[in-house]
Amino acid sequence: MAAIELRDVRKVYPGGVEAVKGVSLDIADGEFLVLVGPSGCGKSTLLRMVAGLETISAGMASIGGRVVNTLEPADRDIAMVFQNYALYPHMSVRQNLQYGLKNRKMEKAEIARRVAEAAEILQIAPFLDRKPRQLSGGQRQRVAMGRAIVREPSAFLFDEPLSNLDAKLRVQMRGEIRRLQRTLGTTSLYVTHDQLEAMTLADRLVVLNGGLVEQVGTPMELYERPASVFVASFIGSPSMNLIGIGSGAIEGLTGLGTMPGVPAGRPFTLGVRPEHLDVTEGESTAGEVTLLLTVTNVEVVGAESFVYGRLGGTGPDVAVRVSGYSRLEPGVTLRARARPGALHAFDASTGRRLT
Amino acid sequence: MAEKRVVFSGWGFPALLLLPQLAITFIFFILPAAQAVRQSFFRADAFGFGERFVGLANYTSLLASADYLQSFVTTLIFSLAVTVLTLVISLAFAAAVDRLIRTSGLYTALMIWPYAIAPAIAGVLWWFMFDPSIGIVAYWLRVGGLSWNHLLDGTDALILVIVASAWRQVSYNFIFFLAGLQSIPRSLHEAAAIDGAGPVKRFFTIVLPLLSPTLFFLIVIDVVYAFFDTFGVIDATTAGGPGQATTTLVYKAYADGFLSQNFGSSAAQSVILTLVVVALTVVQFRFIERRVHY
Repeated sequence: MAAIELRDVRKVYPGGVEAVKGVSLDIADGEFLVLVGPSGCGKSTLLRMVAGLETISAGMASIGGRVVNTLEPADRDIAMVFQNYALYPHMSVRQNLQYGLKNRKMEKAEIARRVAEAAEILQIAPFLDRKPRQLSGGQRQRVAMGRAIVREPSAFLFDEPLSNLDAKLRVQMRGEIRRLQRTLGTTSLYVTHDQLEAMTLADRLVVLNGGLVEQVGTPMELYERPASVFVASFIGSPSMNLIGIGSGAIEGLTGLGTMPGVPAGRPFTLGVRPEHLDVTEGESTAGEVTLLLTVTNVEVVGAESFVYGRLGGTGPDVAVRVSGYSRLEPGVTLRARARPGALHAFDASTGRRLT
Repeated sequence: MAEKRVVFSGWGFPALLLLPQLAITFIFFILPAAQAVRQSFFRADAFGFGERFVGLANYTSLLASADYLQSFVTTLIFSLAVTVLTLVISLAFAAAVDRLIRTSGLYTALMIWPYAIAPAIAGVLWWFMFDPSIGIVAYWLRVGGLSWNHLLDGTDALILVIVASAWRQVSYNFIFFLAGLQSIPRSLHEAAAIDGAGPVKRFFTIVLPLLSPTLFFLIVIDVVYAFFDTFGVIDATTAGGPGQATTTLVYKAYADGFLSQNFGSSAAQSVILTLVVVALTVVQFRFIERRVHY
């Protein structure tokens, strides 16, 4: 159990490419922190620097109050779960779990106890004497988790551990990882590019973009008050509708008065989530923001449908969530009303939140 | 699987297609082998005018010959040394090149070159470098206080042919080891590093077991190489000497048959040599392969 602290951590590769451009984070003891961002945003590099698999070019990293910049991975008291699991193929599951403990010259009885306990927790006891290649993807994932658990480390590091699983198993393992982390109370740092995984797992999540932190907060904070256009479009699916507002009127958009925090006449980006738009039949009343869309495409998911249309017939694409089965045909005109208080405004040039 | 199958209407055309390969195999492999087996039971005069059946006499006289048994011992020392030296050096080179990122292609190309050199040339190359009067390595050894003369000293000569033979085979081993090393995912090294294994421990507990199929394959290949393919190296350098110091089984079979014109004995030696290699390979498969993780 330990807190992890990062102070202005940077990674510059020999070629001069700066992958991480100064990240500071405080991960509380027992917290589940998720690093999320598109590929190439530096999230894996950051995790690998904490693990000791990449050198830290500048800045400071500490685990449990101990600066780890120059420590070997083995001496950092962390365990890591890899995307491809990295199980030792020539060893049985039991040997895989024992390997890290034997290397640390732990007593045999203690090793046996920890392996049995981890096997019990993860329900892999029946496969202990099998080789990794005889296991299914989900079972291998559990063994990889087991190898981390038996070490009883200060922190777990996860590097996209679920991306090699099929969709159904991914949802199941996601739940198990969350439950396990709650039970063990071990500080965890988890890297993913999947915003759904990030939202469901995290105590707090960190959105990275281009080697810099865009926003840190609880999943709901990021969903309700995204700090930038980048976070707004990354968190939530389908992503938030963004409409550029200039000085003139926008065809198909009515009722937009002055937004709080936006100086009158200044161009900005208006954001509204598909789930905060309601299809309406009647004329708009005063003070209501209404969008007039020409339907281009309808995606029926089952419990809900997403209707895509062009604002005012020729404007930007806007998605609207409709509950149930939408029978709208492409070409028809749709009137959608934005829920009060569900509008976001971002600076047109910097993309930062204005309201 | 949608496998494409060609269906022939009769057996005549397929047989015709197979004929060249079968003919080559028969004329150059099966026929001489059968002749050797037959000849090993006969004693022929040196000019090929007559021969007579002698039963197992060729074999019994061989096994009673001190020269032949000495050649057996020489071959065992030679093969073991060539195999071990080749494996260790090539694995060390492969591990070194595996750590490189940008220049690995260049080093790989350089490492493969010796394989393109004919055995006799390779032998002569080392012969010159170690030559007691003009060789640079012999000079260094003398400066270092070691006397070196493979023309007179049997041990020196044996070391020379071992080094020359291993040098050629290192290239071949290197390619396989490098491919084997590169197929081990980097994350395995990283996981082991986090699991508290240092570089040496990682090598012996992770890398070597994962290389074991490659290692096993190369042991079989190297032993066969040392037994048969080193003829050119020995013939071009020591020609089996000084004395009998570098006369391996294959060289003795050649020397007795083609130089001494004792065809019966030479044929018997070929048969024994083949049986020894077959037995060795069987032993390797039975006892070493069990320890291989595929």
